[in-house]
Amino acid sequence: MDPRDLHRKVAIVGVAESDLGRVPNKSKFQLSAEASRAALEEAGLTKDDVDGVFTTIITEGGQFSSMLMAEYMGIRPRYTDSTSIGGSSFVAYVEHAAMAIATGLCDVALICHGSTNISDRGGRAGPVSGAASVFGPTQFEEPYGVSTVGSYALAAQRHMHEYGTTSEQLAEIAVATRKWASMNPKAMMRDPITIDDVLSSRMIASPLHLLDCCLVTDAGGAVVLTSMERARDLKKRPVAVLGTGEAHTHRMISQMPDLTETAAKISGRLAFERAGVSHADVDVAEIYDSFTITVLLTLESLGFCKKGEGGAFVSGQRTAPGGDFPMNTQGGALSYTHPGMFGIFTVIEAVRQLRGECGPRQVPGAEVALANGTGGVLSSTGTIILGRE
Amino acid sequence: MAQIPLPRPYQDTEAYWSAAKEHRFVIQKCRDCGEHQFYPRGVCSHCLSSALDWVEASGSGTVYSFSVNYRAPHPGFAGKTPFVLAIVELAEGPRMMTNIVDCDPESVRIGMPVVVTFDDVTEEITLPKFRPA
Repeated sequence: MDPRDLHRKVAIVGVAESDLGRVPNKSKFQLSAEASRAALEEAGLTKDDVDGVFTTIITEGGQFSSMLMAEYMGIRPRYTDSTSIGGSSFVAYVEHAAMAIATGLCDVALICHGSTNISDRGGRAGPVSGAASVFGPTQFEEPYGVSTVGSYALAAQRHMHEYGTTSEQLAEIAVATRKWASMNPKAMMRDPITIDDVLSSRMIASPLHLLDCCLVTDAGGAVVLTSMERARDLKKRPVAVLGTGEAHTHRMISQMPDLTETAAKISGRLAFERAGVSHADVDVAEIYDSFTITVLLTLESLGFCKKGEGGAFVSGQRTAPGGDFPMNTQGGALSYTHPGMFGIFTVIEAVRQLRGECGPRQVPGAEVALANGTGGVLSSTGTIILGRE
Repeated sequence: MAQIPLPRPYQDTEAYWSAAKEHRFVIQKCRDCGEHQFYPRGVCSHCLSSALDWVEASGSGTVYSFSVNYRAPHPGFAGKTPFVLAIVELAEGPRMMTNIVDCDPESVRIGMPVVVTFDDVTEEITLPKFRPA
């Protein structure tokens, strides 16, 4: 079997979010389960149809994630996947689920995620703090004060050094993304911002300012897949999986082979090859925007522009509504929601755009969408290309 | 006051932390393929050999990238901001995470030559850091 044989064999038939934002009265397990219920309802399926479960929880109480969530929802799957590669896991699961469905290992796949990242801070789970002593290879980073934002800042600084990328160019991404968020009632941050607002926001880890960083929210999301054959009998117009790819290059930022290039170079190439489409065919892109620099590196690594030209590519509000590269149309992790791992929300929005359900933020005539998740510290990527059926 | 997170040495790393305590900076070199590596492992990440030697590193390197951090990532860093988080490329080739110390954080630049210095954090743990050469 060749990976290209998966082309249009598998469909996404249900997508949903849970309550988003600040949801202190619900657990992350409930958010994940309620998003799953909504996604199954949308498809016209029930939990008893589900025989494949794909999820990971990286925070307290989430060990053995797929067993835990399946048990929580009363599901006994015959295919299970707790691949844990950070926020890209949920994009990579689309590849895993497509393979499992196409080969008959499962029939209905449920990908789900829930997180109470904002309510946990100073809330029930106590303050976020690392262990007093560090076991394993991260003992070569944590004592020096490494953080997620600090890691991405190292990449941004290096990109600026090698290619002359500017803070203004990174800010273009945050400003454009906020414009999309202003058209999404579910987005947490909807007031317009300017490039000056980004540049004058507090410096967190140079060269990244507060408004270069994603939100921290509570959120759940779910995606349901089945065979294209079965999908045709379900409630929603199916969205076809055209091609997928996944890759990782390192775990810790100090081990990243090249701070200016992500594994999207690999996962993107695979997804395009398998989908049989070109960059020009992509009508809308949903790119995990944990930080502005994540987007810039990913666009280059995916090949939408040459390496080093990402700054010029995003200039002039090119990715904003009305620009010629519609991107992160729900408002992204920068302005819509970000529960610690955002990958599943890139898939949800790509599907809605292809169904034409996005109201004022709909990209007219969207036929092909790309979703890309990044996990860890620019460590892992999953890329999927979806199409209207 | 909260302590910063400190390494708990284990099989792969005991020799490294013991040397650091004596203010010696050692890295691993593979007897089979001749490559240096950092961080310490039980096998060579280039050829998967277990024939690794500890060698004294020159302690010289250059800043590959850096970030001035204004927010404490852990309660142990409260009162220590701003600090310079950096990746240094060692003269022997491998890169490592560290802090650039003994200078104005705003003066750090990519490509800047640096040398190792030792921060005795506790009686048991010494962290190799780097300062301008």
